Amino acid sequence: MIEIKNLHAKIGDKEILKGINLTVKAGEVHAIMGPNGSGKSTLSKVIAGHPSYEVSGGTITYKINSKDRDLFELEADERAKSGIFLGFQYPVEIPGVSNFTFLLESFNEICKFNGAPEMSSSDFRKFLKPKLELLEMNEAFLDRPVNTGFSGGEKKKNEILQMAVLNPRLALLDETDSGLDIDALKIVAKGVNSLKSRFNATILVTHYQRLLDFIVPDHVHVLYQGQIIRSGGKELALELEEKGYEWLIKEHAEKKQ
Amino acid sequence: MSTDILNSDYKYGFFTDIETEAFPKGLSEDIVRMISAKKEEPTWLLDFRLKAYAHWLKMATPKWAHLEIPDIDYQALYYYSAPKKKVDAVGSLDEIDPELLATFAKLGIPLNEQKRISGVAVDAVFDSVSVATTHKAELEKVGVIFCSISEAVKEHPELVKKYLGTVVPHSDNFYAALNAAVFSDGSFVYIPKGVKCPLDLSTYFRINAKETGQFERTLIVAEEGSFVNYLEGCTAPQRDENQLHAAIVELIAMDDAEIKYSTVQNWYAGDKNGLGGIYNFVTKRGNCLGKNSKISWTQVEAGSAITWKYPSCNLIGDNSEGAFYSVALTNNFMQADTGTKMVHIGKNTKSTIISKGISAEQSENNYRGLVKINPSATGARNYSQCDSMLIGNKARANTFPYIDVKNNTAIVEHEASTSRISEEQLFYLQSRGLSEEKCISMIVNGFCKDVFKELPLEFAVEAVKLIEMKLENSIG
Repeated sequence: MIEIKNLHAKIGDKEILKGINLTVKAGEVHAIMGPNGSGKSTLSKVIAGHPSYEVSGGTITYKINSKDRDLFELEADERAKSGIFLGFQYPVEIPGVSNFTFLLESFNEICKFNGAPEMSSSDFRKFLKPKLELLEMNEAFLDRPVNTGFSGGEKKKNEILQMAVLNPRLALLDETDSGLDIDALKIVAKGVNSLKSRFNATILVTHYQRLLDFIVPDHVHVLYQGQIIRSGGKELALELEEKGYEWLIKEHAEKKQ
Repeated sequence: MSTDILNSDYKYGFFTDIETEAFPKGLSEDIVRMISAKKEEPTWLLDFRLKAYAHWLKMATPKWAHLEIPDIDYQALYYYSAPKKKVDAVGSLDEIDPELLATFAKLGIPLNEQKRISGVAVDAVFDSVSVATTHKAELEKVGVIFCSISEAVKEHPELVKKYLGTVVPHSDNFYAALNAAVFSDGSFVYIPKGVKCPLDLSTYFRINAKETGQFERTLIVAEEGSFVNYLEGCTAPQRDENQLHAAIVELIAMDDAEIKYSTVQNWYAGDKNGLGGIYNFVTKRGNCLGKNSKISWTQVEAGSAITWKYPSCNLIGDNSEGAFYSVALTNNFMQADTGTKMVHIGKNTKSTIISKGISAEQSENNYRGLVKINPSATGARNYSQCDSMLIGNKARANTFPYIDVKNNTAIVEHEASTSRISEEQLFYLQSRGLSEEKCISMIVNGFCKDVFKELPLEFAVEAVKLIEMKLENSIG
């Protein structure tokens, strides 16, 4: 579904990604782990098309309808319309715009782009109902302004609600577990799991193994100083939980020498 | 974020080629007398004009606003211009020049019986005169008077004489004095005791003629226990020269009466290099004379090269309430210095001020407001919120709030914020499939929501569209 080759990216003069290689196929769940500052969030933002990052090398090829597309040719909104979704670590507040209006506009833009009929606002309310229930969210939530005055947990649930509505092919979830208590984490994980299918893929960016107890990855990658220094199966996450990142970093340093 | 603000086309910029009757250029006592004579005015009104003119001659242009206003040559303007083939507004619509009907239809204001907007009565003002007022018969049934002010002078002189100039005296300020001397038309509204006006009333102002100043004057009187919803719209042709618009609006609300006054101002704002556009120098003020009376000003200011405008309330009656809800958008080289004055005089008077300024490109957007609590205003309350939003790096916004409290039982709250549409907000919305333009309009509409919700529904829809149109291509 997506193939990242030797990706380099910088913000200002600072190079953050220094040659990432990663291939994700439909039906897979990948976890990107690593210590703070290793470039995990940058990777997800670069895939989603954040304008602050400059791609200084490499390619990202995204396969839509069996066609390969160079992702860098698409603007952020076009990437979203093509099925890429970024769940934000820090969802942004948009005062005065209701969650409902935002979701409806976004949903219909994506429908329009894909040649599907747009939905009326009354149908859309019905369409949202089971999704709200899945995430144990109150309907009143829809009429509040986007993320404005939301608690940390509400913001994260709102991200997953958006994901459920937009039904992406590739979901990038950036530290979705941070700031969640265990009950909220379970609900969010249930949401993400229920959206999994053999046609879509998920990349989880996380600092902790905790999330991976609930959303089980097929592949785990460790990012350190802008490079993937180790890939493995789900057991790698457990090993990291037990031993921390230090041993891997040491090993990596030795290899370099 | 790139900040290339392009000018969206001003679709009201056309000119109607119609035969007009204009007085010679320039301003003198003779011109004032000619205007009065043309309108067959009674002596008291001529005296009012002459007194104002004499006063104006002694006055200087106000310089305190944060605006750069080029010198205006008052002798280079026409002070009266009217379509020639125009019958008295009392006459039937059939007698109106079809060219005029077509002009207003093109502006979205059909005046024909069959096509006119239901639920809204319209007074259409073209340059110096009112050309038509719709739904008059329907309004007369409940005793509501809605006509041009010229007609009111003839038909209801006692009312006009009683109230004209009582809220905005001829000596109030430079532009008010000028208006009092040369005002040519405008609307008059009288809502009798206990009547809830069954229709929304609306005046549409159109500047058409070249080098002509528009000086209209509106007077609304709401008697005890009455209610009226009043809407005002304005457009002008696209021209390279600046044109002056100096209007006065006076509102009077008696005991338990309520007046809601809404404006969507879309005068031509000049081109993207700052050439041309209307100078909008307007004095709007309401007196909440009676106890429990209410006046609210809601304005969407999206046009004009320069706006100098402070719709205000004198809260005289006990428990009276004043409100000011404003969205002011400036782009390119537009300048706005706008806000309100809330003067608390009666006991337990309340005022609310919500101001939203949006500035893009090299424009300058200033909020200027005064909240004054007089010694007599025991228990007065005010809440003010002034928010500014900047688009791009060149636009400027300033807030000048003045608070003057002379009664220590008063509670005055003021909140202010300045924000920029952040890259993070844009990216967030874009990453949900919304184009950059759509994102901006969504953020801006969200920012203005507290004001838009005060507008009557159709006006709110129009306001949203107008703001979107003004910001079209604003980024990219």
